[in-house]
Amino acid sequence: AAAQSRPSALQSGESLATLKNESDSLKKKLEEERAKLHDVELNQVAEKVELVSALSIRTRRVLKGHGNKVLCMDWCKDKRRLVSSSQDGKVIVWDGYTLNKEHAVTMPCTWVMACAYAPSGCAVACGGLDNKCSVYPLSLDKNENLAAKKKSVAMHTNYLSGCSFTNSDMQLLTSSGDGTCALWDVESGQLLQSFHGHTADVLSLNLAPSETGNTFVSGGCDKKANVWDMLPCASVSCRLYDLRADREVAVYQKDSIIFGASSVDFSLSGRLLFAGYNDYTINVWDVLKGNRISVLFGHENRVSCVKVSPDGTSFASASWDTSLRIWA
Amino acid sequence: MAPTNSVGQGTNGVADESPNMIVYRKMEDFIARMQDDKNGIPIRTVKSFLSKIPSVFSGKVLISLEALHLGTLMAAHGYFFPISDHVLTLKDDGTFYRFQTPYFWPSNCWEPENTDYAVYLCKRTMQNKARLELADYEAESLARLQRAFARKWEFIFMQAEAQAKVDKKRDKIERKILDSQERAFWDVHRPVPGCVNTTEVDIKKSSRMKNPHKTRKSVYGLQNDVRSHSPTHTPAPEAKQPTEEELQEQITFWQVQLDRHRLKMSKVAESLLAYTEQYIEYDPFLTPSDPSNPWISDDNAIWELEASKEPGQQRVKRWAFGIDEVLKDPIGREQFLKFLESEFSSENLRFWLAVQELKKRPIREVPSRVQEIWQEFLASGAPSAINVDSKSYAKTTQNVKDPGRYAFEDAQEHIYKLMKSDSYSRFIRSSAYQELLQAKKKVKRHSLTHHGSY
Repeated sequence: AAAQSRPSALQSGESLATLKNESDSLKKKLEEERAKLHDVELNQVAEKVELVSALSIRTRRVLKGHGNKVLCMDWCKDKRRLVSSSQDGKVIVWDGYTLNKEHAVTMPCTWVMACAYAPSGCAVACGGLDNKCSVYPLSLDKNENLAAKKKSVAMHTNYLSGCSFTNSDMQLLTSSGDGTCALWDVESGQLLQSFHGHTADVLSLNLAPSETGNTFVSGGCDKKANVWDMLPCASVSCRLYDLRADREVAVYQKDSIIFGASSVDFSLSGRLLFAGYNDYTINVWDVLKGNRISVLFGHENRVSCVKVSPDGTSFASASWDTSLRIWA
Repeated sequence: MAPTNSVGQGTNGVADESPNMIVYRKMEDFIARMQDDKNGIPIRTVKSFLSKIPSVFSGKVLISLEALHLGTLMAAHGYFFPISDHVLTLKDDGTFYRFQTPYFWPSNCWEPENTDYAVYLCKRTMQNKARLELADYEAESLARLQRAFARKWEFIFMQAEAQAKVDKKRDKIERKILDSQERAFWDVHRPVPGCVNTTEVDIKKSSRMKNPHKTRKSVYGLQNDVRSHSPTHTPAPEAKQPTEEELQEQITFWQVQLDRHRLKMSKVAESLLAYTEQYIEYDPFLTPSDPSNPWISDDNAIWELEASKEPGQQRVKRWAFGIDEVLKDPIGREQFLKFLESEFSSENLRFWLAVQELKKRPIREVPSRVQEIWQEFLASGAPSAINVDSKSYAKTTQNVKDPGRYAFEDAQEHIYKLMKSDSYSRFIRSSAYQELLQAKKKVKRHSLTHHGSY
């Protein structure tokens, strides 16, 4: 006797409905499984932890020099240099400690939305509306024109929203408005790996601080964070997701904060969360207890990027007010 | 005043949940509370020197710094404005402010054209009142616009004239209020030079805007002779029903997620607490660093110390937290390697380090490096033979035939686990490590303390 097989003559409308039901019920089951393990809230467990005593964080350096909104910045591994990029097409390398501008490059496009410092400290990468990510070796010769040595590495079909060197100066990870992330070989410009998982623009990416350096996260306009990320674009709250719990574990928000956060970073111990907002302020949150510890004023327009320095001694903020500030 | 009527205005009636709209809605909630008849801010007509100032509230209503900051932002977005200043801020003094009419609220997504601005400025010059005189920057703008729109200036002039006529017919007090509200609208969209332009949009957002139609209407009902869609405003695609393939993908995705191992929140929370507790002494924001934080003290001794070959006690202590701490500190790696070499068991670590290095090379160098690593550590008769489980060995043998950056991934993971449970714990218990941990800080040599005789 012939085995019973799935009827292949189903109307396509019916099979779609069956599939949709299956998908929906699996999703529901996942939510139930997750809920079963939600036995306590993070801030409840954190009640036994000592309060963070009042922090006296102040601006310690103001970096002026950009002519228009500063959109992105990145620290050098030497803990004092940084690179920043602006709407006016300029990319500047600073010694944050002495306020010295060490290099400046003019890009052929405006809105340079992404920039990154190479681990060796010998190059920077940047890009934006040109849909590319280019690497500029930093010359010790002040007279040398950096633009002459420029190397186009990444090519996307829409704006570049983020870039980061992964292990070394040789690999560059990029995210784009074309909905993809990609890993490139810097020397040859070859595409090593492509990551398709978002259904809309990818707005940001960040590397997980794992030893093997194999993981990264990307956040997109499709409201999905692939792997683990904060969602800075569509919501006015910052959210913490834990991979092991497979869920959101904390939300950082206040009624008086009505503007969205654009960028976040953790302090070295992970106890503090620094978040830059579109209302020109930076809020410092207690990651465990969930309360806001301080609000920092100083910038005169939106804060576009916030990053803690490699040894955690300070954090830098970039703003649409054309300046960068270093806080400690 | 009625709550916001902005959402459905001029659109297809569907509420827009874009990030800007979320913010506008929240500001409008505040406005509604401020304007509440019972509990809101008192609005009154104030008698000034020669006349009355209708419908104002005093800036002295807010106390905290944060309230002042929020208020300034709401003013900058044009929800209320100082009656005697183009600069949109909120001050905690006797200045008077007026609420903006909902017609001009930012949630209506105005993007007024320069033709509108030209009509407005032109109209102002027709009204012979001292309070309506153009400011310098407005006069400059008008001159520029006259040059730009030279060909159609007659049309603009006529519009301005028509509006001025209508305005004259209005009640004097009503005119005062409407004029000020109109001026405040232009202060938002054509701000005083030097002020923040709150209508500026992040280019990433503007290239995603879904409803181009509602953003291009004229404030004064003028016909726009420019194209109605900006090149950056691409219309959103119609929401599609998922295909069979997409649904299959979704099902697979949910199944993978369900198969994931997950931990109880309580366990995760304890883990987070333990981590932050362990690292709190290394966090300069929470534990004052020693030597001092260079950003605060302007003394970068701490960075010089870290760059030197002598690891401080605090740094050495950290290596005991876990194998990752040793592996990510160059001096940690060096000491670990030195210890293993003294035991003639360094091949595992050397293999692990070689594979890490491989992943950092340009792709051109990868094939030859893979061969070198294979020969040194895994081939039969290899000089630094390592022991991997048979499964990883078989897989690696295959990978090496078509060498890529991840050829040794399985083997590396196996070796990592081995090191973690075996060589790493021996290292931490070793006298070499304990000595480093006990090492006293080098005494700083000051010439003043040198007691040598001359």
